Amino acid sequence: MTTAGHNVGTAGIAGDNVGDDVLLDVRNLQLHFPIRRGLMRRPAGYVRAVDGLDFVIRRGETLGLVGESGCGKTSTGRCVVRSYDPTGGEILYHGNGTQPADIAKVKSTALKQYRRAIRMIFQDPHSSLNPRMTLRDIVGEPLKVHGIASGSELDERVASLLQTVGLRPEYMSRYPHAFSGGERQRVGIARALSLDPRLVIADEAISALDVSVRAQILNLLQDLQADRHLTYLFISHDLSVVEYLCDRVAVMYVGKIVEMADTASLFTAPQHPYTEALLSAVPKPDPLLRDRRERIVLSGDVADPADPPSGCYFHPRCPYAQPICATEEPPLRDLGNGNSVACHFAEELDLRGVTAHTG
Amino acid sequence: MVAESVQTSASPELDHDSLLSVRALQTHFPLDQGLVKAVDGASFDIRQGTTLCVVGESGCGKSVTARSILQIVDRPGRVVGGEILFRRQRRGAGKGPDGEIVDLAALDPKGAQMRRIRGGDIAMIFQEPMTSLSPVHTIGNQIVEAIQLHENVSNREAKERAVEVLHKVGVPRAKQRFDSYPFELSGGLRQRAMIAMALSCNPALLIADEPTTALDVTTQAQILELMRELQDDYGMAIMFITHDLGVVAEMADDVVVMYLGMTVERGDVVSIFHDPQHPYTRALLRSIPTMGMGTRTRLNTIKGMVPDPYDRPHGCPFHNRCGEYMPGTCDQIVPPPIDLDEHRQVRCLLHGGAPSSGVRNEVNT
Repeated sequence: MTTAGHNVGTAGIAGDNVGDDVLLDVRNLQLHFPIRRGLMRRPAGYVRAVDGLDFVIRRGETLGLVGESGCGKTSTGRCVVRSYDPTGGEILYHGNGTQPADIAKVKSTALKQYRRAIRMIFQDPHSSLNPRMTLRDIVGEPLKVHGIASGSELDERVASLLQTVGLRPEYMSRYPHAFSGGERQRVGIARALSLDPRLVIADEAISALDVSVRAQILNLLQDLQADRHLTYLFISHDLSVVEYLCDRVAVMYVGKIVEMADTASLFTAPQHPYTEALLSAVPKPDPLLRDRRERIVLSGDVADPADPPSGCYFHPRCPYAQPICATEEPPLRDLGNGNSVACHFAEELDLRGVTAHTG
Repeated sequence: MVAESVQTSASPELDHDSLLSVRALQTHFPLDQGLVKAVDGASFDIRQGTTLCVVGESGCGKSVTARSILQIVDRPGRVVGGEILFRRQRRGAGKGPDGEIVDLAALDPKGAQMRRIRGGDIAMIFQEPMTSLSPVHTIGNQIVEAIQLHENVSNREAKERAVEVLHKVGVPRAKQRFDSYPFELSGGLRQRAMIAMALSCNPALLIADEPTTALDVTTQAQILELMRELQDDYGMAIMFITHDLGVVAEMADDVVVMYLGMTVERGDVVSIFHDPQHPYTRALLRSIPTMGMGTRTRLNTIKGMVPDPYDRPHGCPFHNRCGEYMPGTCDQIVPPPIDLDEHRQVRCLLHGGAPSSGVRNEVNT
């Protein structure tokens, strides 16, 4: 997996330690928003929305990004598509056989080619579709902007895209209001797919949908991944969905990754107390389990990213906190099996995961 | 229906442990595009001091049912049929089977009695606390207002009670938070403030409309825990509206499943999860991802989507998505409620009510 990277002269950008299967290599990504105060609007501090993320996304896999609201998962996604300009770090995109490009530093005029390859699906299908545009315009716009198709060819392309996501091509001249939430989300997916992307960032793509529709969209995302060799960055707060869809999961807390592991180990044997608490907080759909399990209820709220606690950011809420946790920040370290965790006591703690049960 | 506000205390009967009984409720919205039957045949009971969860997808009428109980349905919507019987306790008296029985559906929404019940005997908390709290008043003042609307107490006493109830719902430093505006609080604290306001008058029934949907899982766990504790302390009944079956499994004593304005199945929580009788309930339960199931398995889906409210299917509202659809029967007959046992009811023609027993058809529809 860790064969030497592209040995093309990658001036300034190290291609070391990166396998051929890596599509996106994010290093020390930072996004700090200044808090301006006073007459001169000088920055009085920074909201560290994303504070030094390292992760890779391999071709064809689904990486889940989970955490509570305000942990920076959406900001991370938006940095990758460059809706936000990161304030530090690198986002290395490995295109086809070329040397990696650092999306974080590409000039905005040169972004267009990467925007073809990296697309986004948004959370709320009601606000992410322009109500004054027909489906033809919504799904076809990226094709027009990138000069790929126009006229009758555009219509054909749009029709086949709509079919791909399970909508009838005849709906092309309708407006979004005529569709239900699930159908609108399909339109959003069709738009994301219109440019044949490599990487799709799904930001809470199914959170706003009904239970029965949610399952349909989840299955659709899986089918599309298989058919079109897509790679997903799946941002969600819903751990049951993440387990179902993702190959690997990164857990974020206040702008940092606290644990990253393959899905099975993360769910059955979490290494970070925060992961354990998150798993424990998910309601299990079986009333008979209600009294049998002890739930870990975290006290307090997520730390303020403008004024994070000392040491480990999680220590004020952590049930296992020791004195060292308040003073020393644990680095994200590899546990040897490809999984990594940022906790001083990962080896000593025996944390509870989810055990399979027949529901 | 609204015109007569006569006290009906003698005729309606209520099971001795029931606090509220909704019977064949119909709430319709006459709109320009057509008549929307938002609630069309909802029936259930809420027992004293227990939690009833109302589940269903969006547009199934769960919120409108709750709003019908409180008579706060948005215009032009109106309760056009059915009964909402509520056992009203006298203030100060203990909670017991005595107390007058009021048909809320027959009360004038703007009348004095309804206004006393609303917020006093039955309180409601909403999904998005930011839109239901006033942004220009402190949370303390909003709670004081609720207390003074229903009870004749001095400003000082009302303030003391507000601080006490804030403390009770787990707002840290309640005295200082009394003077906070909603925007100064986090989502979880705001929802706690909402609950404090709802509880300030010690209601017999708390209606919670998706109170945790907008919250994080960890905050949701806190709020659910809090609601259970408060239920033990105050002994109130909770009507909990949600679409999250996980939350239902955590909270419910009884469950009502709604589809297109109709209660399709009701029963105790264990039977609903482990012995579902209606095809819709079964399909819903199969379609949720369960943790511990493993990665990359396919989910079962319910085909199609919730029908357009202007264009309801004939007969059973679920027939065009149902895997056990019987042509010629399900698309013709509106299934009548069938009692399976004392607390268990299902509306599906698989369980009876089909032509052979055609006489029983038109019950309550």
